[in-house]
Amino acid sequence: MMGSENADGFEETNLNVPKEEMENLVLNGDGTGDVNGDSSNSAYRSAVSTLSTAHDPLSPLPTVLTPADSDPLTAPSSYIEPPSYADVIFSPFDETSDSEINGGEDSSLSPDSLSRSPSSSSSDYIKITVSNPQKEQETSNSIVGGNTYITYQITTRTNLPDFGVSESSVRRRFRDVVTLADRLAESYRGFCIPPRPDKSVVESQVMQKQEFVEQRRVALEKYLRRLSAHPVIRKSDELKVFLQVQGKLPLPMSTDVASRMLDGAVKLPKQLFGEGGASAVPVHEVVQPARGGRDLLRLFKELRQSVSNDWGGSKPAVVEEDKEFLEKKEKMLDLEQQIINSSQQAESLVKAQQDMGETMGELGLAFIKLTKFENEEAVFNSQRTRATDMKNLATAAVKASRFYRELNSQTVKHLDTLHEYLGMMMAVQGAFADRSSALLTVQTLLSELSSLQARAEKLEAASSKVFGGDKSRIRKIEELKETIKVTEDAKNVAIREYERIKDNNRSEVERLDGERRADFMNMMKGFVVNQVGYAEKISNVWARAAEETSQYDRERQSS
Amino acid sequence: MESSTEQARNVMQSPRSPSSQPYLSASVTDPVKLGNGVQAYISYRVITKTNLPEYQGPEKIVIRRYSDFVWLRDRLFDKYKGVFVPPLPEKSAVEKFRFSAEFIEMRRAALDIFVNRIASHPELQQSEDLRTFLQADEEFTFLFQTMERFRFQETGIFNKKPADFMQMFRDVQSKVSDAVLGKEKPVEETTPEYEKLKHYIFELENHLAEAQKHAYRLVKRHRELGQSLLDFGKAVKLLGACEGEPTGKLFSDLGTKSELVSIKLQKEAQQVLMNFEEPLKDYVRYVQSIKEINLDKLMLTRSDKVGEAEIEYREMKAESEEATIRFERIVKRMNEEIVRFQEQKTEEMGVAFHQFAKGQARLANGIGDAWRALLPKLEAASSA
Repeated sequence: MMGSENADGFEETNLNVPKEEMENLVLNGDGTGDVNGDSSNSAYRSAVSTLSTAHDPLSPLPTVLTPADSDPLTAPSSYIEPPSYADVIFSPFDETSDSEINGGEDSSLSPDSLSRSPSSSSSDYIKITVSNPQKEQETSNSIVGGNTYITYQITTRTNLPDFGVSESSVRRRFRDVVTLADRLAESYRGFCIPPRPDKSVVESQVMQKQEFVEQRRVALEKYLRRLSAHPVIRKSDELKVFLQVQGKLPLPMSTDVASRMLDGAVKLPKQLFGEGGASAVPVHEVVQPARGGRDLLRLFKELRQSVSNDWGGSKPAVVEEDKEFLEKKEKMLDLEQQIINSSQQAESLVKAQQDMGETMGELGLAFIKLTKFENEEAVFNSQRTRATDMKNLATAAVKASRFYRELNSQTVKHLDTLHEYLGMMMAVQGAFADRSSALLTVQTLLSELSSLQARAEKLEAASSKVFGGDKSRIRKIEELKETIKVTEDAKNVAIREYERIKDNNRSEVERLDGERRADFMNMMKGFVVNQVGYAEKISNVWARAAEETSQYDRERQSS
Repeated sequence: MESSTEQARNVMQSPRSPSSQPYLSASVTDPVKLGNGVQAYISYRVITKTNLPEYQGPEKIVIRRYSDFVWLRDRLFDKYKGVFVPPLPEKSAVEKFRFSAEFIEMRRAALDIFVNRIASHPELQQSEDLRTFLQADEEFTFLFQTMERFRFQETGIFNKKPADFMQMFRDVQSKVSDAVLGKEKPVEETTPEYEKLKHYIFELENHLAEAQKHAYRLVKRHRELGQSLLDFGKAVKLLGACEGEPTGKLFSDLGTKSELVSIKLQKEAQQVLMNFEEPLKDYVRYVQSIKEINLDKLMLTRSDKVGEAEIEYREMKAESEEATIRFERIVKRMNEEIVRFQEQKTEEMGVAFHQFAKGQARLANGIGDAWRALLPKLEAASSA
């Protein structure tokens, strides 16, 4: 039974936790470490054993004080026998958490261990590192030379059978990443694809080159790791090709907007004046959303359709289902909003913990200076006594400060999950958008179809009135019937595509919900265990200082 | 082992000691806001308990306001040269803050300490002004103070007669010319001890001020951390509302705990302010008030000598000798005061440090317990 928790808090601090429970909590392998297969357990255990041998005067058992003393600040420490949470908490080997980013020891949650759903077998393994940015130059015939750009080395280690090779290393530039992202978006409509890093045009101008390159390197690594964590996308050809093929990336590049506009301008007249079946949407292109530029006409049509949808125009049967989808979409938006909010508050929390540690340290230093001063200038014994008292306080403050900082760097790692899920929410929105645009295509084709059919009927009615047949009208009717057939086919393809995307949506959202649940629970657990562990450490530090100044305890001495 | 200071204080201030033992103790209580608008002020009840014959009976209650305390201090400062008269809490500059409960309480506590320090000082406790302060009824005090104000005003610039001005000018003149002609020999009038003390006091003030600054910031940090945990708690509760079970409930519990921890931090912030930062500030004030003494003493001795430029040599020599004797007496007193001061400060700071350490330990324990209570549920949920 846990100690009772009053609003006042201070008085009842009995830690009546049964010892076995404590031990179970600690020795359980998934407790605080990351769950990245077997490797995590061993990493966790080795870290724990490192800690217990670490030369830190505070980590061993705090002294057990006289039982008669029910002073809250000393009593709990004596109840906690090892292992206590203080021992469980990882002390980073160095202050910075950069080691993790550069593929070093993962001490806690990291982007590449986000997927911990029980479905992925623990022997699956793929690890991507991005490193070694280098400047390269475009080949050009002009005298001035081509543009310079940065390439990054991307190393992949895996045991996934699809990949063939267990280790590969390629050089890629950011433009290649954009290409990869675009091709994936096309191939995996309806999936929750992790969003790629921003192009950051402004930042690339404003920031220092080195800083910007480093920021981008980190972002790229995170992105690729997320991609490889996705159970479907990690098996995609696009990703494989990106990670393994040396030299130029053999994926069709996304053309820039300007040339697309031009293409569109060229095509438009043909589409408008109905050359052959060109007024209908080419069947294979139905599978893709209308892209600005190339498919201006289709864009206009779909826009008109969506407007008529909004104004309650022709309502094809598909609208019915949308209600459930719309609800889900609402929920997701709400969730996203709360994640954003929590993520912001987490940042404030981290800052406040940081400040606390800093100021505590500064206080300690100020007292150390005072101690030195008093000792140097001491004329009376009272000064030397005071100097000693100050030193005790200063030492405690400096130690506490260090613990606050460690607490904080761990907190950052745990709460990072919130930031990660911001990205995932974007991915979900993307998947929903795929569905909506596929639906729009279907609706457009449906209404196109119905208007074509109406026209055909009118023509037939008109021509039947002319005796002996109306050669020109009959020809028109035939052409129209051709167009109708093509449009029918396109419509069927579009419907199939829509259904497919709906399925993808459903399975993805389900998968993500499960993962999110697991990730959030791990986050909470990690966060709380961390807080408990460091609270213990900090408490020990101050308990000791209080003991060292116990001769000044007026409460005890009141006669 | 109590120091002599403590023993003296304990004897003098404990009403429970046998009635044959002399005791004098005072407490400053019950702050009440009086008056309106700009003229509003706080009055305090000052309760004196004593068996000293000079006082009117075993217990006496009077009403005093901040300016009355200032009067007392000024009187003591003037009369008992060389004594470290305890410092007063500052007059608050910020209008808004002047009547906040926090400020009023802190001031009351500081005034209480002020009076008791005087009452336990071997010399100051015998002061007539102290008796007046502790005993005089309102009307008497009002008259008395008004008289004093008039007297002070007479020596003020605007009441000076032209002849006095001339004297002042000459004083300054001769002082300046002495300096210019290199005749000023302040070193002669000070002892190496004195210089060492002065250096110590100045340096000490710097160090203490820095420590106090960080202590004050630390109070703020407690509050900020508390606030951020409160906001974080609210945010995760809202997040929990979006999620299904079991995550939703867990977030809700996490949020509640976060809010609880926030309250603990706010409480501790107040404790740190009162029991740690305030004593440090008091220490700084004390050192600053000692600084005042030093300069004053120097000025006094100097102007004593310099002002006599017109009097004949013989008289001047006698005056100068007298001044030197006076100066030496003051220095002796100051040395005694220093011992007392150092002991007192070690005691007071020791108490402050101990309370701070205890408070921090208590806080950390409370926080640990709060979070720990969540673990069984989290454990159960994640293994499910």
